[in-house]
Amino acid sequence: MRAMRSMLYIPGNAPGMIQNAAVFGADLIMIDLEDAVALAEKDAARDIAAGFLRHYDFGDLPVVVRINGADTPFFEADLESIVPLQPFAIRLPKCQAPSDVLLADAKMMEIEEKAGLPAGSVPIHAMLESARGIEHAYAIATACPRVRALTLGGQDLTADLGIQKTREGWEFFYARSRVVMAAKAAGIDAFDTVWTDFNDPEGLFREAKQIVELGFTGKAAIHPSQVPIIHRAFRPDEREVRKAERILAAAEEAERQGRGVVAVDGKMVDAPIIARARHLISLAGLYGMEGGEER
Amino acid sequence: MEIAQAGTLESADCLVTVAPAEEFGLDYRGGNRKIYGERTRKLVLETLKRFGISEVQVTIQDQGALELVIRARLETALKRATRGGMAS
Repeated sequence: MRAMRSMLYIPGNAPGMIQNAAVFGADLIMIDLEDAVALAEKDAARDIAAGFLRHYDFGDLPVVVRINGADTPFFEADLESIVPLQPFAIRLPKCQAPSDVLLADAKMMEIEEKAGLPAGSVPIHAMLESARGIEHAYAIATACPRVRALTLGGQDLTADLGIQKTREGWEFFYARSRVVMAAKAAGIDAFDTVWTDFNDPEGLFREAKQIVELGFTGKAAIHPSQVPIIHRAFRPDEREVRKAERILAAAEEAERQGRGVVAVDGKMVDAPIIARARHLISLAGLYGMEGGEER
Repeated sequence: MEIAQAGTLESADCLVTVAPAEEFGLDYRGGNRKIYGERTRKLVLETLKRFGISEVQVTIQDQGALELVIRARLETALKRATRGGMAS
């Protein structure tokens, strides 16, 4: 298990930004061949992304590549040049139904076979950015085993719904809940959409807190300055971590003494609370906290 | 083959121009010219060989690009030059 709180978007045709991507501390980076690249530069961005995946040492930083959708003339060429280089995942935009994932899956199978890679070895992060996609969330999440994450595409979703994104973001409450629920039911990760106003770190922090509370694995960032803010939102409350430690200690003690029920801070502690405490401690460890302090 | 270009003049990038010529020629410009001239010449010749092209004038304005970036830009320019389309 690795921390995947933040995924930093990097435009595919910007080699200077790609080569420096690791210094911003994001848990993952996503090289974008889709919306961040002008139509006339799609070929160039693909060659740059492939060049970096083939020759550049990103250390242990996972690199996701967002390709162009199946409704564009770039889809197959993107898959053909990127899949053999085994990125951490292919982010597949505009998934509306399981058939969209299966189309990419079939193409990727062919490419993997030709490249001598194990079938299904390159994961898909399926992007849901339309009402139809959201409604098919679970079917898309379970369409094939290479789908390892659902990601919410907020920009396109507002366009599809014919609405404006508000600062509070309540219009995404249902879509976000649906994405998380489907992902959890399928046993895969869920990534939230970007906060587009990078001059509003407070708004980002509030939104990031919300999506942490909803159960998202991570959130996309469109600017390096957003990465530490997202990480701060994911940091468990130190008092909660200490309490979780007390719960686990009490539970262990009760087990040694053969008692079924324990009380911590005057409240009864049962199995789900112990499970939640264990989860919180493992998250705290994953995010670099030890005994409630950030390392 | 047509004249084609790829890349930008942004920092850490390069602008590569390829044009039909009677023989191979390389014009490598930029602050790193002296340090990386030989390396760049080698990677250009290797790439041209892979593409099966020898009669070409290659111009590279290097803004401090990594070797992999110069190679990628040259590949894009050559594909554009030989397929006649910008977004092939």
